[in-house]
Amino acid sequence: MTLYATTSHTVGPYYHIGLTWLNRETLANELTLGERVAISGQVVDGNGDVVNDAMLEVWQANAAGKYDHPEDQQDKPLDPNFEGFGRVPVDAEGRFRFTTIKPGTVPGLKGSTQAPHLVVLVFARGLVKHLLTRIYFEGEPANVADPLLECVPAERRATLLAKQDASGVYQWNVVLQGTDAETVFFDY
Amino acid sequence: MTDKPGYRRPQAGTQPDYLHPTYQSTNLRSPSKPLVYLPHSLSEITGPTIGAEHVAEKDNDLTAQHAGEPLGERIIIHGRVLDEDGLPVPGILVEIWQANAAGRYNHARDLHDAPLDPNFTGTGRTVTDADGWYQFQTIKPGAYPWGNHHNAWRPAHIHFSLFGPSILTRLVTQMYFPGDPLLAYDPIYNCVPDTSAKERLIASFDLEKTIPSYALGYRWDIVLRGREATPMEK
Repeated sequence: MTLYATTSHTVGPYYHIGLTWLNRETLANELTLGERVAISGQVVDGNGDVVNDAMLEVWQANAAGKYDHPEDQQDKPLDPNFEGFGRVPVDAEGRFRFTTIKPGTVPGLKGSTQAPHLVVLVFARGLVKHLLTRIYFEGEPANVADPLLECVPAERRATLLAKQDASGVYQWNVVLQGTDAETVFFDY
Repeated sequence: MTDKPGYRRPQAGTQPDYLHPTYQSTNLRSPSKPLVYLPHSLSEITGPTIGAEHVAEKDNDLTAQHAGEPLGERIIIHGRVLDEDGLPVPGILVEIWQANAAGRYNHARDLHDAPLDPNFTGTGRTVTDADGWYQFQTIKPGAYPWGNHHNAWRPAHIHFSLFGPSILTRLVTQMYFPGDPLLAYDPIYNCVPDTSAKERLIASFDLEKTIPSYALGYRWDIVLRGREATPMEK
C-alpha cells in the first residue's frame, strides 16, 4: 500500500493555545555535559518587519555528537541530562533566545563529518509548510569541511552562522525573505 | 558505515509551495531564493522522541478541562497515524488546538466579536497507541472571519501537530469537516493543486463511533512521510 503524506498547513496566529505547554527554551540542565551556549535573534519578513507570531523548534546532538534517538547507533555516550529538543516562541518584537550546549560533530553521508550544528524548524502564520534551516557556529574549524555548507552558495553561508557578540551570546536571525540576507532554507 | 535510508520526497501537488498569493500572509513570509536541497543525514533521520511521558490521561478530552461543560456540538475525533507504507506510527505525540463553538479562539490576539466560553480552552494532546490510533473528545469549532480578503471566513477546522519517527516526519496541519460550504473559498484549504490531497484533510462522519444521545463521531487518518527503501543518492 502506498499512501501520500498529509498536506501541511500553517500553524496560524493562535498556535500558542496548543503548543506553548511544551516550550523548551532551556535545553540543558546543570548536569548536562558540554559548553553552554546562548543563542538569540529575531525573525523578520520580506519588508524587514518583525514576525511576532513565529515559533522555532530545535533538534541537536549532545556534546559527544550523539543523538538521543534509536537511529543513532554510533559508539558514543548518550547524556541522560540531554534530549536535544527545543521549542522556542518569539516575543512581541519577534525575538527569541534559548540556551543549550554546543553539539559535537556528527557523521554526514558517505563518510563525511558534519560540523556542530542545530536543525531548526520555523513555524508561523503565512508558512503553509514549516521551513527547515540550520545553525552553525562561526569560527568552528569543522565548518570548512562540512558537507552541507559546501552545498550552499558561498555568499549565502553566513546566514547559517551564529556569531558571538561581546557578551558571548550567539546572534542568529531568521530572515524569511529578502534580497540580501535571506536565510538559507533547505528543501527537505 | 553504510548510510541509512532517508525519507521520501513529496508526491507532486500534495504539499504546498511557500508562496501562495491568495493567502496573503505568504507574500512577505515565503523565501524568494531557491531552497537548497538537503540530503538526509543522521541529523534528519533522527528527531525528538517526545511522547507519552508528557501527556496525562485526560489531556485528550477538551470538554472536561473546566468546572462546566463547553457549549457546542460534542464530537469525538479518532483515526490512525500511518506512514506512507500504511504502517501504523505508535507512541507519538499528537497536539491539537481549535476555536470554540462560536468561532472564537481563547487567545489575546483573536479579536473576532464572538463570545468566549469560560468552559473551553481548546487545547488537547494525546499519544498514539500501539496500532497508531488516537482519539479526542471536543466540541465542533465554529467558522470565523479573517482579514485575508473581503468577506473571508475560515471553514471550521482543528489544528493538528505531530512528531513522528524523525524530524522529517514533523507535521502541522488542519482537519476539516465534511460538507462545509466554506472550503471552496478558503485559500489555505486550497493551497495545493491535488484535489485528492485536499479531500484527505476532511474528516468523515463515523456512525459507529457516534455515541447515542451523547456525541457525533468523526474519523480522520493522518499520514506521515515514509522511508526510502534504499539509501538515497542525489
